[in-house]
Amino acid sequence: MSQKLHGLMAEFEDHAQVVEAARRAHETGYRCMDAYTPFPVEGLPEALGSRRTAVPRIVLTGGIIGAVGGYFMEWYSMAVDYPINIGGRPFNSWPAYIPITFELTVLCAAISAIVGMLALNCLPQPHHPVFNVPGFERASTDRFFLCIEASDPKFEPSVTRQFLESLQPNSVKEVEE
Amino acid sequence: MPETGQAKSIAPEGGKPYPQSPLGYPSSLLASGETYESVTDTIGSIVLTKKQPPGWLLGFSVAFLLLMLFFAAVSWLFYKGVGIWGINIPVAWGFAIVNFVWWIGIGHAGTFISAILLLLHQKWRTSINRFTEAMTLFAVACAGMFPLLHLGRPWVFFWILPYPDTMGLWPQFRSPLVWDVFAVSTYFTVSLIFWYVGLIPDLATLRDRAATRGKQLIYGVLALGWRGSARHWQRHQMAYLLLAGLATPLVLSVHSVVSFDFSVAMLPGWHSTIFPPYFVAGAIFSGFAMVLNIIIPVRKIYHLENIITMRHLNNAANVMLATGMMVAYGYIMEAFMAWYSGDIFEQYMMANRALGPYGWVFWLLMLFNVLAPQALWSRRVRTNVVALFFVALSVNIGMWVERFVIVITSLHRDFVPSSWGMFYPTVWDWATLFGSVGLFLTLLFIFIRFLPMISITEVRELVAEKKEGKE
Repeated sequence: MSQKLHGLMAEFEDHAQVVEAARRAHETGYRCMDAYTPFPVEGLPEALGSRRTAVPRIVLTGGIIGAVGGYFMEWYSMAVDYPINIGGRPFNSWPAYIPITFELTVLCAAISAIVGMLALNCLPQPHHPVFNVPGFERASTDRFFLCIEASDPKFEPSVTRQFLESLQPNSVKEVEE
Repeated sequence: MPETGQAKSIAPEGGKPYPQSPLGYPSSLLASGETYESVTDTIGSIVLTKKQPPGWLLGFSVAFLLLMLFFAAVSWLFYKGVGIWGINIPVAWGFAIVNFVWWIGIGHAGTFISAILLLLHQKWRTSINRFTEAMTLFAVACAGMFPLLHLGRPWVFFWILPYPDTMGLWPQFRSPLVWDVFAVSTYFTVSLIFWYVGLIPDLATLRDRAATRGKQLIYGVLALGWRGSARHWQRHQMAYLLLAGLATPLVLSVHSVVSFDFSVAMLPGWHSTIFPPYFVAGAIFSGFAMVLNIIIPVRKIYHLENIITMRHLNNAANVMLATGMMVAYGYIMEAFMAWYSGDIFEQYMMANRALGPYGWVFWLLMLFNVLAPQALWSRRVRTNVVALFFVALSVNIGMWVERFVIVITSLHRDFVPSSWGMFYPTVWDWATLFGSVGLFLTLLFIFIRFLPMISITEVRELVAEKKEGKE
């Protein structure tokens, strides 16, 4: 083998099959693996042993920064930096500051949602070894893939291949680095 | 007129033109026999391989001509100033504000369909959400332009943004006009993020199916290297759900803030607490009308009847009917409160609105917005694409007329008869209005040509559910 191996990839016809395969692989003890599907499949991340994501916490943090920052900006500019009497309202007239505080909360939370999601997914990423597999382009149409990676401590090319073949996939292919 | 084209593509059951539930309502969200491959191909090929139908070229040409009209009108405006419009004292808010509110309202259906219906688990949003999100973006872009054009000195528009300027001044954060800047720009940004997050997996599909190097590169760059990893999907879905949760209060807040521009003012006809909910209902009303006006020709031209089914149209018509009734309630309450308040200025405003010099516009509004949508009580109208198209068109015009009534008839006669006046739109007012329609449609035609107008991923989920017999 001239190329370094990234892992072994099994191709499945149906989303239920790939969930079952991921569950079995996790039971067998494989940990470094990933599945590739054309749409989000319910239960698949859990079957792969993935826990909850950090996205909600990032969004919450972003929202809090937006809320506090937005209110601070209004309070500082209207009550501290350049106080003007508008119709006898107090300088810190908080009800009038709520709409912008709300808008900035949503804005910062939404920006953190997309930035956080992409950062956790390590995207944008120009290339990844799985794209080397012939036929992988169908992962974005109608095929479901399970890839057990060579970095897994339990990975042994022949044993892993045997294991994947026992799951009755369409095919098992090598993924080259 | 029953749809003959559709009867052919969707397998007719017992001679019916579309699949029906036992009570006779359209039942199917997706024609039977569709597979992952077939839906991907139907939607993807419009962008990648198929020659654009003549309808696209015709529509694009008309839209592009109108866009040129817009550029001409705006160039003349920048050269001469806002005096080319019919605005003056007392009617200083003319078409620019009418158009602004109209476009913002149209921009509400997209987020309503995408976010609120997602949270409510309404599966029928799937085939139309991408399209309506794009519509939202373009409508908000059109809307955002009008306050800028309406500024006497548009080149200093950034004075309304908080930045440490050399004058040592800040925007007045207690003013609804400043709230508006934040509301509209946040709405545009969040809609764009929501739309793009949903697009990423579909862009990957286009990248994988593109035949030429150029297309692979462009869609590849836009897809950011998406590979459909299950762990990525998990975060993607979480982010999408949270964005929907964020967009839901946002969509309700935007038109409320727009309505504050009016209701915070002391003017009879504007100073009313019913404005925020009534504006939001009107926004969704006109948004769905625009969805129907665009989706009906598009599904015909691109033969998408299998994916955008009669059930989608029926449901959109139902939402239009419901929100239309809320708007009608708003009209009744406005009149009732004017009488009940005992305030002679409010009472005069209402009498003047219905019987004064602009009375005919008011009655036109009643015809377009209250009377015409009553046809939607009939299932035969809701499932007849031609009739539905014309009802939606009437609502779109009606909602524009509504904003005209609110802005102009309230302003032209206020408290002191000596300050009364009339507003007559000039040719440049009309040119800017129709030109902005051109801008909207041009963007929409470009979107249809280059991006998947239906979420391929989500339609695949429908296919998967259909396979499991869950639909």
